[in-house]
This record gives sequence, C-alpha cells and structure tokens, in this order.
Amino acid sequence: MRTFPAKYSALDDIRTFVAQAAQKASLTEKAVYAVQLAVDEACTNIIDYAYGGETNQQIEITCEITTEHLTITLGDKGHPFDLDSIEPPDLNSPLAERDAGGLGIHLIRKLMDEINYQSTQGVGNRLTLTKERRAD
Amino acid sequence: MELTTKKFKQCSLVTVKGRVDSGTAVELDEAFKEITKGGVHKIVLDMSDLEFMSSAGMRVLILTQKECNRSKGGELVLASIPQRIQESLQLVGFNPLFTMFDDVLTAVGHF
Repeated sequence: MRTFPAKYSALDDIRTFVAQAAQKASLTEKAVYAVQLAVDEACTNIIDYAYGGETNQQIEITCEITTEHLTITLGDKGHPFDLDSIEPPDLNSPLAERDAGGLGIHLIRKLMDEINYQSTQGVGNRLTLTKERRAD
Repeated sequence: MELTTKKFKQCSLVTVKGRVDSGTAVELDEAFKEITKGGVHKIVLDMSDLEFMSSAGMRVLILTQKECNRSKGGELVLASIPQRIQESLQLVGFNPLFTMFDDVLTAVGHF
C-alpha cells in the first residue's frame, strides 16, 4: 500500500504507481493506459468531491495481482460519494448541448471490468477497480 | 506538460506535449482562451507528443470547440492523436464533435 496526498500534483506519481502494477500483471499496453486513466479519474473525484478540493489528507492505494485480475483499491476519509448516483452523460447530443463535464465516471465505467464502492462511517470510503489480466 | 503556440495566417497551432490532467488542464485552457480572445477561432491542436489526457483535458477541448464554433468558420481541429488517446476520445463520443487529422500539415491546410 502507498499513500498519496489528495492533490492534483500527485496524479503523475499515482499513474506511475498503478502502471507499474499493471505492467507487473502483464497487461497489454492498451490495458495499462486504461488503468492509468481510470485511476486518475477516480483520484480526481476523490480530491474534488470526497475531500471538496485539494487537501493534505490522503488517498491510500493498494494494487493486488491475482491469477486472473489486477485489483486496485483507493481509500479516502472524505465525504461518501457513490459513483452509482451519477447519471451517465448524453454522448449523442450535438455540441451546443454537450455537457463538458461528467466524463470521468463514464470513463471509469468503460475502462474497468468491475467497480465496487463501499463507504463505512468512521472508517472511510473504498473504491475497488478491477481489470481482467487477459483483457485487450 | 509543455505548450507552444504558433500563429499562421489562417489559423493558430497549439502543440501540447506530455500529460494533461486535472492539474495541468488549466494551462491548456488558458492557452486556448488567449487565442480566442485575440480574435482567432480557427485552431489546430497538435497532439503528436501527448502522452496522457484525462477528462479534465477533454472538458477543455469541448469548451474551446463551443467557443470557436460561435465565430463563423471557427473550429478546433485535432491532429496526430496517439492511439491510446484516440481510443479514450472515442469512449466519450468525441468523433462527431471534432475533425481529426493524421498529420499537422493537413490540419493546418484544412483552414
């Protein structure tokens, strides 16, 4: 497990950390990028919504490799923020009506094979992102 | 992230290198705003040396496209997009919103 400050400047290190795990799990180059992008989006959400902006509080990241999966767990002690409560963006609307934001959670859903979120009072929030090792 | 801006007769060319995320997207936004505030709404973004772009960068691209489209003939076009980034742009439905070119020269020639 490694801890990172909940700051945008930590995103570079976070992406490098999870990319190393993804490479160790022998993921394809495409899947390594997918993991980096999904984790970047998830950490941005933790900073923006769980912590309400950049802070010195922490994001705990654990990478676990099993026979079939790479599982990345992100822990924070901010406000509960359930990804399921967010409506998917309308990706077919014309430019004038297109919402510029809200794409991060959509990307996490598209890029990862499984997503689990758990919020426990007094303990914190835990987001688990799983990628199949045999994925393209 | 590294940014350079070059002004041509018919358009401006922005070259972005490195990584665009929640921390650096604001600089890209400022570079685009400086161009549109100067009255230029035809912009080429050279992405050939871009290594990473999160939704924070994608948001800037949509907002800039909206701004460019307000001017007649104005458009932000994307050039030389690395494959991984192209795939993520597809996932968020960018293809109908942006004209994309394989190389910068053709993109500049588009205007």
